[in-house]
Amino acid sequence: MAEQAEAIIDIEGLKKTYTLDSHRHVEAVKGIKFSVNAGEIFGLLGPNGAGKTTTIGMLTTRVKVTAGDAFIAGINIRDEVAVKRLIAVVPQQNNLDRSLTARENLTFHAKYFGVPKQVREKKAEELLKMMGLKGRQDDYVRAFSGGMAQRLMIARALMHEPKVLFLDEATTGLDPQSRRLLWDKVRELNESGQTILLTTHYMDEADELCHRIAIIDHGEVLALDTPHNLKRMVPGGNRIDLELPEAPDRLVDILRGIDRTGVISRRDEEDRVILSVHGGQGLIPGIIKAVQETNTDILSVQLHHVTLEDLFIHLTGRRLRD
Amino acid sequence: MKTFVALLQRDVTVLIRDLPEFVMRIAMQPFLFVFVFGYVLPSIGQVKSSYANLLLPGILAASMMMAGVQGTAIPLSQDFGAIKEIEDRLMAPIRISMVVLEKIVMGTLQAWIAGGLVFPLAWAIMRSNLSLHVTSFSYLFLYLFLVGLASAATGITLGTIISPFKIPLMFATIIIPMIFLGATYYPWHALSNVVWLQTIILINPMVYAAEGFRSVLTPGIPHIRMLFTILGLFAAVIILSGIGLRGFIKRAYS
Ligand SMILES: Nc1ncnc2c1ncn2[C@@H]1O[C@H](COP(=O)(O)OP(=O)(O)O)[C@@H](O)[C@H]1O
Ligand SMILES: [Mg+2]
Repeated sequence: MAEQAEAIIDIEGLKKTYTLDSHRHVEAVKGIKFSVNAGEIFGLLGPNGAGKTTTIGMLTTRVKVTAGDAFIAGINIRDEVAVKRLIAVVPQQNNLDRSLTARENLTFHAKYFGVPKQVREKKAEELLKMMGLKGRQDDYVRAFSGGMAQRLMIARALMHEPKVLFLDEATTGLDPQSRRLLWDKVRELNESGQTILLTTHYMDEADELCHRIAIIDHGEVLALDTPHNLKRMVPGGNRIDLELPEAPDRLVDILRGIDRTGVISRRDEEDRVILSVHGGQGLIPGIIKAVQETNTDILSVQLHHVTLEDLFIHLTGRRLRD
Repeated sequence: MKTFVALLQRDVTVLIRDLPEFVMRIAMQPFLFVFVFGYVLPSIGQVKSSYANLLLPGILAASMMMAGVQGTAIPLSQDFGAIKEIEDRLMAPIRISMVVLEKIVMGTLQAWIAGGLVFPLAWAIMRSNLSLHVTSFSYLFLYLFLVGLASAATGITLGTIISPFKIPLMFATIIIPMIFLGATYYPWHALSNVVWLQTIILINPMVYAAEGFRSVLTPGIPHIRMLFTILGLFAAVIILSGIGLRGFIKRAYS
């Protein structure tokens, strides 16, 4: 889909330098360039301070651009009012209107966008139901838990039917269950045609949700592709770790011949040996057979999938999270 | 335009929801002033009953200023506080300057309500000590209009400069001095013995508000000429709105 799809966000050398004082500057985003296709879930994956929020800030008119250009549905992001009509943002931080109830947060938001009364009432009804907040619609949002606030902010964002939905670290700080629930909602929305640009520092989240991912660090895009292709960039790829009490030479020979890459490493420990073999789960039957042929005991067999974390380590030498 | 009206409706809804609090906040100060200075003190002979006359324009100005500043500065500094509640309104399809204008309209509205409360309060409590001569209703309304705007503009300026937890400090160090040094409880001409003070306080918009109201409500008391008070209030509205707008925009973007 990536090849022929129509780009809805076009970023051309976007740059942001924050001025702290006259001689201290932070180059938060250093001239990034990519586009997001209509109907896509696009992810910005990177550690804290990578420049994800700043990038979203520029695209959503909240951060003044230092240099470069970006277009949303063909409209320059400097044309603030026109861009604001097309987009919606769910920020990293709860910014619900605490003077209003959950339902009013939705209806007033729609009112700001000139959505007619009947339409906004109906839409609020639907979205409250979809986000599982129907029972709490008349409560003030002060007492809402993180997960509820997050779902209400998504509902609010959808009230004016934006062309692009921006989600900034939507699941950070949520418990695993709320996180799963939110993932389901994001997928559901996307299936109904919603273009979504999200940021995250969870590699599993990016992997699971996004059609394409830009890996971003220190304000630069290091790699951009589908999760599948990104993981193929990691040298070695998937591997199987075989834990044995001892490793007879004949077994090592057989394993070496099992695939063109063969055994990649052998680690001898006090009472065991760990052999790593290149490849995925398809190799497991062959490995077991070889082990049985050589009458060796197995302590454990572990399939190790390449993750985006591995790619990040490969690209930067650091882990995604601290 | 639709967006602007919707923003106003949001603020009005929130205001009406806390109506008792709003009325208390707005009415308490004028009530106490009218009651103590216009009724209690004259009744026990501590001040001449004519003091009520001198005082009323000042109370009117101070009440409006207080309401206009509170009605803008407090919500604004909260909006821009840690939670950034205002973000959703900044994302509305409208220019940021219009969001500022909406805040000024809200503040002005509250100042008018406060001003509107002073008259019935004064009439109810100290009418026996009062002798008002409204020289011109059009000028009275012009002053009400300008003082409302000036108070809201002051509030916008303060609200964008001051962080939420410094609000009590703002009242102690800015609003209270503005009111006490604003020719509120004494006519400006009476300061002729303290020329340095008389000169310095000319930067205080309260002076033009109180003196302006004197010129239309109690013309018998010496007051600054209308032309100057009108110009002073105009200047205050323009300068403070300008500073407030810049401060707001600076805060609205990063
Ligand atoms: N308003 C700001 N003023 C100054 N520096 C900022 C501001 N916002 C972010 N930064 C800095 O810019 C860099 C990128 O931050 P951010 O975009 O928030 O990253 P992320 O969202 O990926 O964690 C960080 O070094 C951060 O400290
Ligand atoms: Mg961030």
